[in-house]
Amino acid sequence: MAEPLLSAAHIDKSFLDNKVLDDVSMDLLPGEVHALLGENGAGKSTLIKILTGAYTHDSGTILLEGRPVHPRDTKHAQEMGVGTVYQEVNLLPNMTVAENLYIGRQPRRFGLVDSRKMERDAHQLLARYQLDIDVGAQLDTYSVAVQQIIAIARAVDISGKVLILDEPTASLDQHEVDVLFAILGRLKADGMAIVFITHFLDQVYEIADRVTVLRNGKRVGSHPIQDLDRMELVKMMLGQALEHDEAMRIGKARQAGELYASFRNYALSGKAAPFDLDLHKGEIVGVAGLLGSGRTEMARLLFGIDRPDSGELTVAGQKARLREPRDAVALGFAFAPEDRKIDGILGDLTVRENIMIALQARQGWTRPLSQKAQVEMADHFVKALDIRTTGIEQPVKFLSGGNQQKVVLARWLATNPRLLILDEPTRGIDVGAHAEIIRMINALCDQGMSLFVISSELDEIVAYSSRVLVLRDRAISGELRGAEITQGAIMEMIAAQHEVQPL
Amino acid sequence: MTRPMRSLVKPQFVALALILLLNWILFPGFFSFFVRDGRIYGSLIDVLNRGAPVAILAIGMTAVIATRGIDLSVGAVMAIAGAVAATMVGDGTPLFIVLMAALGVGLLCGLWNGTLVAVLGLQPIIATLILMVAGRGIAQTITEGFIVTFNDPGLIFLGSGAMLGLPTPIIIMATLAVLATAVFRLTALGLFVQSIGVNESASTYAGLRSRALLIGVYAFAGFCAATSGIIAAADIRGADANNVGLWLELDAILAVVIGGTSLMGGRFSIPMSVVGALIIQAMNTGILVSGFPPEFNLLVKAALIIVILVVQSPLAGRIWYFVAPSRERPPDDRPSRTTATSAEGGPK
Repeated sequence: MAEPLLSAAHIDKSFLDNKVLDDVSMDLLPGEVHALLGENGAGKSTLIKILTGAYTHDSGTILLEGRPVHPRDTKHAQEMGVGTVYQEVNLLPNMTVAENLYIGRQPRRFGLVDSRKMERDAHQLLARYQLDIDVGAQLDTYSVAVQQIIAIARAVDISGKVLILDEPTASLDQHEVDVLFAILGRLKADGMAIVFITHFLDQVYEIADRVTVLRNGKRVGSHPIQDLDRMELVKMMLGQALEHDEAMRIGKARQAGELYASFRNYALSGKAAPFDLDLHKGEIVGVAGLLGSGRTEMARLLFGIDRPDSGELTVAGQKARLREPRDAVALGFAFAPEDRKIDGILGDLTVRENIMIALQARQGWTRPLSQKAQVEMADHFVKALDIRTTGIEQPVKFLSGGNQQKVVLARWLATNPRLLILDEPTRGIDVGAHAEIIRMINALCDQGMSLFVISSELDEIVAYSSRVLVLRDRAISGELRGAEITQGAIMEMIAAQHEVQPL
Repeated sequence: MTRPMRSLVKPQFVALALILLLNWILFPGFFSFFVRDGRIYGSLIDVLNRGAPVAILAIGMTAVIATRGIDLSVGAVMAIAGAVAATMVGDGTPLFIVLMAALGVGLLCGLWNGTLVAVLGLQPIIATLILMVAGRGIAQTITEGFIVTFNDPGLIFLGSGAMLGLPTPIIIMATLAVLATAVFRLTALGLFVQSIGVNESASTYAGLRSRALLIGVYAFAGFCAATSGIIAAADIRGADANNVGLWLELDAILAVVIGGTSLMGGRFSIPMSVVGALIIQAMNTGILVSGFPPEFNLLVKAALIIVILVVQSPLAGRIWYFVAPSRERPPDDRPSRTTATSAEGGPK
């Protein structure tokens, strides 16, 4: 095996008490495309930030061409040969292409920027990428794909040894992806080492030579891609606890009740391919799929946050329309979003106010809940859900993640919902609260509520789901019921080859 | 100290008391007042009377700032409302219709601001800057470039008349403050406004009509600005499109901040904003009556404001936290309010 160009060995990194990287190692060989995979929170971006000097690691070593290096910041890392192109292209949209390519290192003549030479150089540089564009034009007059290539050209020109691409294909169409991959192929032939972060397994198999998978801050493994079939790769990403599958099944014995909500031919271009979805009373529909498979997009449609391009909704036999979340709340829907801090909690407001807000919103501003009713309601839920707080008047931002999640749940339970949509209800919360929330999900279902639960934790989905929808490429790719629901079956469905083209 | 006592010892009240005390030292007649023709006269009354226009602006501004917005146009809206009132009353229109028209124009201005912010999603500072600049032009167009004067006793009464022994502006200010506080506190409106200021996307997810609320809040600020504009015009018996309410939006913002409402939105208090406006006016009056040259005014004002803001700053809060550990923890940095994006990270 060739000498690694860049290698990270036994990297540890903690933020306060939270260990985000635990003894992670990775080698980059010259002339390879190395895919770095993992679900949200696996530690991919932290590792990248350490390699590029944006973060410093707590322990471990980074070797560049065999010599230990300590990148101080991203500029230092670039000068040493490690360049990065982020998903959101980090160029300056209101400057010209040439300026973007040479900013900070413009060719000078008599102390002034030599624009003509700069544009000539820029033109030559881009010609190597088969890009013949007006380099004097403003960057944002070009498509994201072209901007991406410009960013790559700049990174390669400055650094030239290692190129790190963070989800470069996320906003590209198929043709643009092909162009990008052709460029990567040539850079590879020139002996560059390329790190490629993506959520699209097809692209991993198309371009990568080796993969490294991270999960929960640990390295699961590094393998040549030809030694790894899709099933194994998905298993590595999602984790495997296949042994005690059966014992954990609570959901399978459950009998679903009558039909509650029925979505027909619901679709939103670019976010969700047309789907039909029936939700019954007393049923938990688990939703599995990799990151970017369209799980959250579907939840947003169901709750009226995004409006569908087409589709019909029937709730309890009545036609209904969702123009905004308010309409969904009026129908008895509730939604605990994935990112609690951004979309869930009202940080500065108290536990009491956070719990009563949805019910109050449904009642309208002219009919305020009495102070007594608010306190009773808050006390009830603090006790019932075991919310750990110094009191119902404590601002909710001081609560731990698990307790914040319980507050969001309490907010919705107070409205007595008939359909509860949960997006990653157990993400980022401690083990104890985790088990409680799963118990709660089951109890609510037993009371006849309909639940739609998105989770990356397959053991969790298997444990409580009455049926499981598997999403891929923003479409429902399969459904599992009853005894079919096992982690293995879900992974197989996630990993299955494409038969149809994505949107 | 018992709890209710402690809540009275707010830095704003201490500041107001200190400034009044200082005024008294500089001008021993400051607290004296006398009654003539059933009307009370005195420097304290003067502070309230002169402070009323800014206090009324601050009432509306408080609600806007609570939603994490800002309204720079209120001074210009004062000019528009004053111009409308003066022009119409000069044409012999009945006073009731004049007032409805002037207040209605203020509401419209507010609706315009609110629409720019809530529907088009412009940043409040930019959205309201448009009307701040254009508003004086509109006012000048209405007055056709002249200072329109009038003699209608009814309209003049609003600026310099007296009710219950007090100047009318004080009565209007107090009524508006009490009414607004009651509406915000006795209904759920206050909570909703705070909720939007703290986290708009979470509020929308919880089923709030965030857009309508935002528009309503700006409309209310426009209404308050129009009220203030009518009083200002009535006071000088004319509409001066160029100068009425000039820079008062900044005083109003300052009053709200001194009153303890954070520019980051959330918790707000209308009465405390009124106190903030009175603190500003007490400084202005004090500098005038003490006989200092008026150029001191701005410097002294700036110095006092710095002191008040430092006392209220998070740093001071943290120091206070260590000095008096029984108190609530000082707020940490709030989570940033990004617009609702899914964290899936996939293509959108």
